[in-house]
Order: sequence, then structure tokens, then C-alpha cells
Amino acid sequence: MTEQGGVGGSAPRASTDPGGTEPGRPPFGKVIIQAIIQGNSVVVTVAAFAAAIVIGGLLIAFTDPVVLHAWSQFTAAPGNAFAQAWDSAAGAYAAMFEGAIINPHTVASALQYNSISAAFQTGSVSAIFDPLSETAVNATPLIFAGLSVALAFRAGLFNIGGTSQFIGGALLATWLGFGVPLPLVLHAIVVLIGAFAGGAAIGWVVGALKAWTGAHEVIVTIMLNYVMIYLLSWLLGTSAMQRPGRADLITPFIDGNAQLPHLAGPSLRINASFLIALAAAAGVWWLLQRSTIGFEFRSVGANPRAARTAGMSVTGSWVLVMTIAGGLAGLAASAVVQGTDHTLTFQSYGTYGIDAITVALLGRARPLGTVLAALLFGALHAGGVAMQGLTQTPVDIVTVIQALIVMFIAAPPLVRAMFRLRGARAAGPEQALAKGWNG
Amino acid sequence: MKLELRGITKRFGSLVANDHIDLTVAPGQIHALLGENGAGKTTLMNVLYGLTRPDEGEILLDGQAREFRSPADAIGAGIGMVHQHFMLVPVFTVTENVTLGVERTRWPGLLDRRRARREVRELSQRYGLNVNPDAYVENLPVGVQQRVEIIKALLREANVLILDEPTAVLTPGETEDLFRIMRELKAGGRSIIFISHKLREVQAIADTITVIRRGSVVGQRPPTATGSELASLMVGRPVELRVHKEPARPGAVVLDADGLTVPDDQGNPAVKDLSLQVHAGEIVGIAGVQGNGQTELCEALVGLRPVGAGRLRLDGDDISRQTTRQRLAGGMGYIPEDRTEDGLVGDFPVADNIILDVYHRAPYARGIALDLGQVDSTAVSRVSEFDIRTTSVQAPTSTLSGGNQQKVILAREIGRDLRVLVASQPTRGLDVGSIEFVHRRIVEQRDQGVAVLIISSELDEIYALADRIAVMYEGRITGIRPPTVPVAELGLLMTGADGGPAGEPAGTEAPAGTEAQQLYVPQPAEQEAPPAPPGDGHD
Repeated sequence: MTEQGGVGGSAPRASTDPGGTEPGRPPFGKVIIQAIIQGNSVVVTVAAFAAAIVIGGLLIAFTDPVVLHAWSQFTAAPGNAFAQAWDSAAGAYAAMFEGAIINPHTVASALQYNSISAAFQTGSVSAIFDPLSETAVNATPLIFAGLSVALAFRAGLFNIGGTSQFIGGALLATWLGFGVPLPLVLHAIVVLIGAFAGGAAIGWVVGALKAWTGAHEVIVTIMLNYVMIYLLSWLLGTSAMQRPGRADLITPFIDGNAQLPHLAGPSLRINASFLIALAAAAGVWWLLQRSTIGFEFRSVGANPRAARTAGMSVTGSWVLVMTIAGGLAGLAASAVVQGTDHTLTFQSYGTYGIDAITVALLGRARPLGTVLAALLFGALHAGGVAMQGLTQTPVDIVTVIQALIVMFIAAPPLVRAMFRLRGARAAGPEQALAKGWNG
Repeated sequence: MKLELRGITKRFGSLVANDHIDLTVAPGQIHALLGENGAGKTTLMNVLYGLTRPDEGEILLDGQAREFRSPADAIGAGIGMVHQHFMLVPVFTVTENVTLGVERTRWPGLLDRRRARREVRELSQRYGLNVNPDAYVENLPVGVQQRVEIIKALLREANVLILDEPTAVLTPGETEDLFRIMRELKAGGRSIIFISHKLREVQAIADTITVIRRGSVVGQRPPTATGSELASLMVGRPVELRVHKEPARPGAVVLDADGLTVPDDQGNPAVKDLSLQVHAGEIVGIAGVQGNGQTELCEALVGLRPVGAGRLRLDGDDISRQTTRQRLAGGMGYIPEDRTEDGLVGDFPVADNIILDVYHRAPYARGIALDLGQVDSTAVSRVSEFDIRTTSVQAPTSTLSGGNQQKVILAREIGRDLRVLVASQPTRGLDVGSIEFVHRRIVEQRDQGVAVLIISSELDEIYALADRIAVMYEGRITGIRPPTVPVAELGLLMTGADGGPAGEPAGTEAPAGTEAQQLYVPQPAEQEAPPAPPGDGHD
């Protein structure tokens, strides 16, 4: 009996209730995501990334007309076929690296100046750091939105609603930004708080609906995404929000006082929002690991029944965690509106809400992991733009690589088999028996 | 058919679950396999039933070596198994269930229901199983479902029947029925392997008792062996079978349920107009077959389930509308029925589970900041105080054995100053050593003036602990008795006060109450006087 993997404690109940459903069993999707987040080691994550890069390389090579032409003459010149394929993929990745991390040409041109001050004045020093700046700028909204998904997930909730919470934050922040004149510093802070509050309000609706009516958060968040997208589209067309003299959906620029300061001069886009994102990650870590609220979140996420039995309010935790998660997704809007674009358009929300799920999964729902995953995705985006400009490889390949990473992360047995890693669960069912042997 | 296991060894990594086990089951023998949870009984039976392959050793049937790659092989060789979790389709009839997979057909492939039904009826009559072939399984009580499983094995011509902890889910009356059936099967020449950790049942039915400890056979005894001899073999040291306790000195009423009605998940009353008082310094035991409202009562007491009608008072204060947290703060301790589902967060370290219901209070929290140092030092001292066997206080609680997990809950709940302790099935699935420990701690709480309410479906436990026994049936208390009450009387109360076959659903004709006393006749060797936890008060 109890030798069977520790189910013995509930054995008689299960037997006396032949037709009944087993209570407290989490839904299938949640089990899978839990397995992805807890079952994957860092090694698997890195291996998945490597596998995605290799397959992405093959895709780059074999969609390149030059390569395809070389392969059509494979029998005549097999060496050329391989060389062309290698050149195509390597060239694309090199361009990506130059766009995301560092470009040797910019270093070389900066070194041509005799004095350091001359190099600074011509802007060639800042050109060296432009790729890194772009990576950070691209990563910032993903850090916020990824933290939002990760935090909710630690409390057992699946937040698909990054898009709606982003829009909620963006609308309030932008309106405060151009509509309310305030002094320097204060204005930026008010707009920042507005972004958090706007997202938090949408998150609160999700949490409250789940807590009080039992509505599933996945359904509610997806539906709210549509609601907010159409709300955005309507509001951007009203006189209250639309920039005067424009026919397209765009708001006025926000006040200079409301913009977040650049960190490294006006020619680099990196701004204070990146530091706020890092601070938010530290804050989420503290909340989860060092506070009573986070203890509740984690308890509710790991075993809601035990949390309730220990006197915690499970529904209260749901409402609170969705409010905070919504606020974090709202801050992603601040990164865009206050940090880079200084205006809000119908395209501003982009794919942050969906990418955030990938980022949180890749980061294993932990704050540090989320930051690293967001930086990786930021680099892929920044590099992808450069790659498209330099080689003829379309930027969409970045999306493909992202998708491949997620697929490999989600299929750890495949990755383990490919890289011959010994999995933690290699023992399979026998291990369950062995575990039960302890009693 | 003579069954022999020779030198069966099964390892899981570094663990040796079965270490060169030899076992011989003669035809027409009831062979009991006695051992604590985790001793390796189930692993051995999984080997025999083809669910696991042994690393060493062989299985012989009538002297011929056989290899079972799957349960199908074992079934083909005449081995049948009744699992603890029944493998039945609730919405099918008995006949449909037992013929599933071995359907009786007639030309050109039509189901021969008539023949199937006839076979089920014949088997049922031959062994006195009293199962109606046309009853739907979902309408049958657990005891009858078990008999359906037995018919299933018999229909597949099982000569050796493995019964894995078959009595865990049965009432005393149903257990006696099962034993009668087992004797009939034995008379029919079939052998039975009876797996149990309950000494008295093993003594009552077995022809030979093989005791397994830590994967090895530690002895073979005739059923005349005393309970304490078997228990010490099982545990590996002399065991205190009786809980030592002074007579209770009850004080004022602490917990007062007055006309309590509690709805179940469907809104039907599960607890009906129940009144019960628990005094300081006494243990009240609630006996009863599972599913008679005990779970709902517990949840209502702790505040996990709203009270429909009536009042609940703690030291005279109405707590019926209080939240769980308020009740816990008011001095209520709760040991839930299902420790892995309700009691513990398995992924959390031991330390976190020890503070799971006090984390928000001083000294563990300042504002919303947790004081991890304080959490850790409290955990370290509790772990040593309660003898929790764990590698560290940071080890995930799910890696602990059942007994140690229960100690974590105990350390958390009685580590606070309590007014009342509600403990539901506090020793379910635990080994003898842990049961001893849990019982001692519970009695200790009583002696410190805590009002204790124990809910248990194990009569042994009720007898061992309770100063008063309340029997629950269909949401009501059918009687409150002193612990000197004979088992037969409790058996009657457990099936409704009038003792008739009330509430027996279709499919059985066995009167439930009348035979109960046969099994629970105290063992003469152990018995001294009637508070009748007959000798081996632990299972």
C-alpha cells in the first residue's frame, strides 16, 4: 500500500469514493508548466538554447537563395554547397552578435582617433556601446512583464494577461504624461506610479473574478486582452487621447518632465527604466523569499489546501498577487512610454504579453532567471534587427529561434536524449516505488 | 498450486526493497505477510504479480520456475490480486466489471451476457460472496466492491489470491464477512496471501505468518504467537502496545458543538443537528465508518467549511463565524486527515512547514518581513524535540517518511499553546513506532488540560486513546459510551442505533452488525481487564 509512492495516506478515502473526483488535483496544463519550471536544470536550459541556435542556423542557410543554388549543384561542387551554407548561417549570426553585443568595426573606428576626448565627441565611443544599449532597451519591458508572469505563477496562477495589463498601464501613464503638468522628477514618478496602478487595476479584476466567482484566470485574462485592445483602439481615436492633427492612432508626446532620463547620453537609448526593472526584480525576489506575503503566495501556489488549512486566505492571495503582477506588467508600459517612445500608439503593446510567458518559463519563474532570460530575448531582438539590415535574413528568424527554445525547454526528455544528459527522473516509476520504501 | 519465492531481491538504487526473500505458500493456505508500511510487502507482491522484475531470485509454481513479465503472465499462471485501490468501472454492473477483458462471447462475436451472469452468480454462491451480478458498482458499499474484485480474480481462475491490505477500508462487520469468504476460498483449495500490518487480524485468519522488516524476512510464526512477539519482530525492538494513561480529570467544557448542521459540497447536510461537548483534560474519540460526516465535522470545527445551523463555542465564545486563522489564534490545533493534501506543503522545507500557520506572527515576522534566523532556530529545536528524522531543516518535507511528516504537523500544532486539539486519523498509514509517539504526545496534551477530539475509523485507536467514545453514523452521534463498551455495541452504533441492516444498499444480503463481535473478541493472551483495546492497541 503506502510503498506505492506515498499515496497511502489518502488510500482509504479514494477507495470509498469510487465515482468521485479526486479533490485538489491541479489541472493538467499547470502540472506541465510546473514540471517545466521545476524539472529543468540550468544545463537543460542552456542545451535547449544551443539546439535552437543550430536548427535556426539550418533554417537561415536553407532559406537563402544563394545556398539553395549551391546545393542544386551539389554533385558538381559538394564542398561549395557546404561552404555556402556555413557562410550564410555564420554571417547571419555574426551580424546578430554585432547588433546585440559588440561590433568590432565601431571599436576599430574609435581607435582611429588620437585622443579619447575626440573619440567621445564624434560619438564613436557611444557607437561601441550601442548594441548593448539596444539589448538592454529591448529587454526592459520583457523583464517587467516576465516578472509579472513569474510572480503570478509562484502563487499558482497563469497570467496570460500581460497584454491587457500593459495597455491598462500605458493608457493611464500616457494620459498622466501629457495631460497633467507637473514639475521635474515628480512628474516622472507620478507617471511611473500611474503605469503600475493602471496595470494593477486590470490585474485586480482578474484576481477578484477568480476569487469571488471562481472564473478561471486563463480565460479571464485572454478575454480581457481583447477588451483592452479594443478599448485602446477606441480611446486613441478620441479627442482626449489622439495627437492633434494626426489621423492615425497615436497620442501626443508625453511631457519632457515625465520622461525617464537617459543613462549614457542622448545617442544611446538606454534609460533609467532598465535600472527600475532590475530593482523590480530584486523587489520581487525579496517579496517571494523574505516576506510573509511571499510565503503566503508560495504556499498557495504549492498547495492551496494546506495553505487554507493553515489559516491563510487563498482567495485574498489570488487577488493580491494578480494586482501586483498586473502592476508589473503595467511597468512594462512605462519602459516603452516613459523610456523610449514617449508616446503611445496602437502598436505599442507589441508581443510583450506573450513573450513574457516564454521569458518566465525560460527563467524558471525566478526573478534572477527572468532577468537573464529577458536579456537573452532582448539580445535576440536587437541582434535580429541588425541581422536583417546587414544580411538578407528576415528578422522573423528570431521569433523562430525563440519558439524553438521554448519547444526544447518544454521537452526536456528530448533535450536530455540529444545531449545524453542523465535526467533527474531517469529512474521513472521505479524511483517512485523506491521513494515509498522509506515509508 | 504450491507457490515458492526463492531469494527474491529487488533494489531501487541504493535501497534494497527486498533482500533475498524466501516464501512458500502451500495450497489451501492463508499466508499472512506482516510488516510495517515500507517494509517491502507491496514490492514483493508487485514482483509476484509481474509489475516489477526482480533483480535476483526466482518464482516457482508447483516446483517449476516461472517468469512474469507483466500482470497478464501472472494472471495466466493463476495468480490474482485484489489491489487496495479497486480497479472497477463505477457505472458498469458487477457482471460487466468482472468480465471486462475476458468477455464471454457467442457467435458471431456478440457478448454472451447470460453466460457471464450465470458464471458470476455461481462463483458468488459457491464462496458465499452474496453479490448481485446486475447491481451497478457505484451503488455498492466498499466491502461488496472488494468482493467484486475477488470474483474478478476467481473468474480468471486464480489459484493464488493476493489481498493487499484488504481490511483497511472495511467496517468490523465487513471484515468478518471477508474472513468468512477467505475461509471458504481456502476450503475450495485456493491459497491466499494476506498482506496486513494489523496484528489481530493476522492472528485471527492466517495459517502462517511471515514477518518482513526492512526488506528481509525476519521470522515465521504460527497464528498462536502473541501480539507483542509479532509486534517486536515487526518493529525490531520491544514495543509498548498499550498507551499508558492515567484516568482523565475532565475540567470545564472547552469545545461545545450545539445543534451543528454542516452541508457537504453538494449542499446536502453531512452533519445533522450534532451536539457534542469536549471538556478540558479529556479525549473524546469519534468512531464510525468513513464517510459518515466526520470529514465535514472536522472542517466545520476548524472553519474550512461554513456551519449551516447551530453554534460552535470555544471556551464559551461563539466561533461559528470565525475564520480558520482566528480559530487557530484562539487556541485550536488541527491535525488534518490527509497530511500530504491538507497538512503540509510538500515542496517546502521542513522549517517552513513547522511555521506554516504562525509565520505571520512575532517572533517569526516583523511587519511583513520574515525573520529567517528565527524560523530556522525554531525549526532546529522542534526537530530535535519531536525527533523528526530529516537530513536538515531545509530538506523538502516530501522527502520525509510518513511518520516523520506527521511529526512535523504535530510539532507545528502542539508547539503552540492549545485549548483544543482536533486530530483526524492522526496515525493513518504510520508504522508502529510513530503511532506510539503520536499517541503519547496526544495523551500528554490531554494531561496538560487540552480538550482533545480524535476522529478515527480505527477502533483500536479509539479504544487506546479515548476517555469517551462517540459514534457517528450518517451525520449524527448515535451514542456516547465509556471506553469499556464492548466492540459489538460500537459495531451496532456504527450502522445506526437500531443495529439492523439499515442503510445497506443493494447488492448485499449480509446483516452487518451481528457478526462484528466475533472478530473483536479480545485475545486471551493479552487481555487483562475490559477497557477492551484488546492487547495490541496499535495496528
